[in-house]
Amino acid sequence: MSVATQHPPGREQLGTFSPEPQPLSLLINGEVRTALADPATTLVEFLRDALGLTGTKIGCDRGACSACTVWIDGEVAASCMTLALDVRERNITTIEGLSRAGELHPVQQAFIEHDALQCGFCTPGMVMSCAQLVNRNPDCTLDDVKTAISGHLCRCGTYPNIFKATLAAAAASRKGKTK
Amino acid sequence: MSADAFEQRSLPAGIVGDAVKQVTRNVPRGEPPAWPANAELQVVGKDVPRMDALDKVTGRARYTFDVQLPRMLYARTLNSTVPHARIKSIDTSRAEKSPGVRAVHVLERLLMIAELRDPGDEASEPYPIVRFTGQPIAAVAATSARAAEAALELIRVEYEPIPHVTEFEDAIQSSSPPVFPGPTEQRATAGGGGAAQGLPQKGNLRGPSTGGSRGEIERGFKEADVVVEGEYRTQVQTHTPLEPHGIVADWRDEELTIYASTQHVMSVRDEAAEIFKLPKEKIRAISDYTGGGFGAKYGVGNYGTLAIHLSRKAGAPVRLVLDRREEHVSVGNRPSTLQRLKIGAKRDGSLTAIELHSFGTGGVAAGAGVGMCHHSMYPCPNVSIEHYDVFTNAGPCAAFRGPGQTQGIFALEQAIDAVAARLGIDPIAMRDKIDTRDADDVRARAAERRIGAEKFGWSRRRAPGSDAGPIKRGIGMAQSMWPYIVNSYTTCEIRIAGDGTVDAFCGTQDIGTGTRTVFAQVVAEELGLRAEDVRVHVGDSRFPPGPPSGGSRVTSSLTPAARNAAHAAARDIASRVAPLLKAPADELIFKKGHIERRGDSKTSLGFAEALRRAGIETLVHRADRRDDYEGYARKAGELNISPHAIGGVQFAEVCVDTQTGAVKVERMLAVHDCGRPINPKLVESQILGGVVQGVSYALYEDRRLDAATGVQLNANIDQYKIVGSRETPQIEVHLIELIGAQSSTDARGVAEPANVATAAAIANAFFNATGKRIYTLPMTPANVLAALRAE
Ligand code: FES
Ligand code: FES
Repeated sequence: MSVATQHPPGREQLGTFSPEPQPLSLLINGEVRTALADPATTLVEFLRDALGLTGTKIGCDRGACSACTVWIDGEVAASCMTLALDVRERNITTIEGLSRAGELHPVQQAFIEHDALQCGFCTPGMVMSCAQLVNRNPDCTLDDVKTAISGHLCRCGTYPNIFKATLAAAAASRKGKTK
Repeated sequence: MSADAFEQRSLPAGIVGDAVKQVTRNVPRGEPPAWPANAELQVVGKDVPRMDALDKVTGRARYTFDVQLPRMLYARTLNSTVPHARIKSIDTSRAEKSPGVRAVHVLERLLMIAELRDPGDEASEPYPIVRFTGQPIAAVAATSARAAEAALELIRVEYEPIPHVTEFEDAIQSSSPPVFPGPTEQRATAGGGGAAQGLPQKGNLRGPSTGGSRGEIERGFKEADVVVEGEYRTQVQTHTPLEPHGIVADWRDEELTIYASTQHVMSVRDEAAEIFKLPKEKIRAISDYTGGGFGAKYGVGNYGTLAIHLSRKAGAPVRLVLDRREEHVSVGNRPSTLQRLKIGAKRDGSLTAIELHSFGTGGVAAGAGVGMCHHSMYPCPNVSIEHYDVFTNAGPCAAFRGPGQTQGIFALEQAIDAVAARLGIDPIAMRDKIDTRDADDVRARAAERRIGAEKFGWSRRRAPGSDAGPIKRGIGMAQSMWPYIVNSYTTCEIRIAGDGTVDAFCGTQDIGTGTRTVFAQVVAEELGLRAEDVRVHVGDSRFPPGPPSGGSRVTSSLTPAARNAAHAAARDIASRVAPLLKAPADELIFKKGHIERRGDSKTSLGFAEALRRAGIETLVHRADRRDDYEGYARKAGELNISPHAIGGVQFAEVCVDTQTGAVKVERMLAVHDCGRPINPKLVESQILGGVVQGVSYALYEDRRLDAATGVQLNANIDQYKIVGSRETPQIEVHLIELIGAQSSTDARGVAEPANVATAAAIANAFFNATGKRIYTLPMTPANVLAALRAE
């Protein structure tokens, strides 16, 4: 994963904050992005409504469906359960930032090949969790995949193809590494 | 059409690789020649990757939920806090002055719910009567969702409570408070639904409807050697699409643009036109992506009506997306049922009598039937059907994947299994004996039983309750049936530009079923191109009319029109290119990006080059979906119902812990037919989805209301249990290729048949595991332990 080259201002520089909206800068997909936010703004609201990064979805808005999954410092997190103010100085990756220079992450590629999506609404969240698993553990097993997405809901029932796709992506990335 | 509009053709028909024979059909003149089996086609029948997959895995796919327009306002809805009441007054004055608020609107009329046959049965009221907790009353549009929500708190509603009833058992009592003061009617929506007109209604019981009854039921039971009776109960299931219902309404200068999360853009346009008295041309409904629907997303609905009013009042676009509670409560569900089913059979298995006495509870909506399976799946001379809809003060039902039929098959296929057990006949042999109508679905199921039994290891099935310990395993099977439906008013347009660009248009939509992809494949096949060479345009009401994504009818309706339009375009091109190739036009074929003379690959031109050299600027061809070659058994509005249905057979292996009551589905096999599979991979995805939803219905899902307040107790995803990765069984799918000789593509749908048989297959496996019938869904520990204790 790429390391942040530049950090937004830290807590000390912001000073105290009021309940009114004020400018907030976050490091998102390697770029500092600034927009107005009040203290109650969740990370997913900030991404979607303030920055127009609508790839991250909301299914329940209470931590139960994982449609809103992003990475915070490379770890998966529910962005509906994260306050935007709390992730200053952190490195946020969203679905829009997963592919690099037009090259898809192996998990994205495998999702396409194995048709691991139907309506696609859960897909960005699923991809973020499965990609993180494959990055972390290219030797992952079916059980690992099930665990990685156990908090995700797919109402269209794409789970079987997500299992296949993620295991195929893991296999591909193992091959890529030994080469 | 006059008789000479048809010609007799000899066409292949049957199951590919099994029994294909020539049949004679009356085919409308000008139909393209029949396609050979998929193996001989270039693009159709191939696992072409889903065309919109890239947009979906990168987050670029734009759902209604993602639409952001300049000056757009956010709306939230005020919902009733009581289950049944007259509204004496509503005061919105403080909300209107709340910061950021741009418009407030109070709903004048409620859609979706049953309506009084005689409005005079109820004194006229200034506001719609509240009939369920969570009923939408008003909405606020503001500069942020939070400002809108804050303003809702300032609206004062004065209720005058009316006695209410939420539970089925209470609602059927003659002493129950009535949900409606008189007889009602339920209008159908584009998604189907609706209820038979003019039925009697007493209290909360509307019915009986007796369709399908025949013969003399008493005589049927007298002739029977065995009679099996059971009382089956199914629960309320909510659709829970991951993207809730939502609309962005943009009203300007008497023109209305609606972005909608919908299964039918045309129904959004039409309902808005009716409510707002606008000509249809003034309305444009757009749906690029829809995050699931499963039967509940048609028209503008109450929330959409509110959003449009707010947009008109505020002079700005308004976005109204339901929250998860509203989604569970107010926009549809699968009704609960009670089915008393009694079946008589002879020693050899043949059925002599089927008697069904059933109830369906669709809350404040009628149309809670239990499908057509009891009277139409298996031949039986004596059938008696009595069905009642039961009103309760609960959110309205709506069509839900295999509406009625999923509930009905749960009862019927268990009852057939029980008859077989009583007679000592193997369940598959039993179906071989009784599943004998002369129709494609019957022939398909015969093959599917054979293939499935072999693949699943049916011969290893043991006697019921064979395991000695507390953990018991078993296998079972059940059959599916769903009508093969063709939608009237389906038109496709193909535009080919001189540079070889191909665009295909239809006012249908792709809600995740793969419509864009199959559309492109069919057009590409005719033009000898790759699917990705065809740019498909759907999800816009300005396109030629297209079918709703419901009733498993898009592929069956769309693809023949698409093929015919592309075929006409190809023949047009051939006639213009023929002089260049110095070959007769009817000998030119389209293959691998080239136009060439049949059997002579040297006389050939690249597709785009041929168009350029022929001086073609733009060609436009349109074709309608013509009627099936054998016609239809019935027509209902825009629905044409074939005498041939869609089959499917599913097998389940379950593990039951008889001490805790926990049931686990370990393995499923789904063997299905959908006519000619245009894209087997996408068909498989549909079937996997149907099975996963069926497992979820069988084991977990259950909407619970608090009887005292009508409040749904589990109106979010953490409380309303749906199958997740951990509970997903191993699922194998097997698809047969069935050529019906009915249309130019012979494709049929599959979304519904894939869901219809799952719960019944699991229930039959439960019986094989434990020796006990599970009559009640879902198979929660409490229901399972009760079933195990029963005599
Ligand atoms: S939207 Fe965040 S977990 Fe559901
Ligand atoms: S693909 Fe529709 S919710 Fe997962």
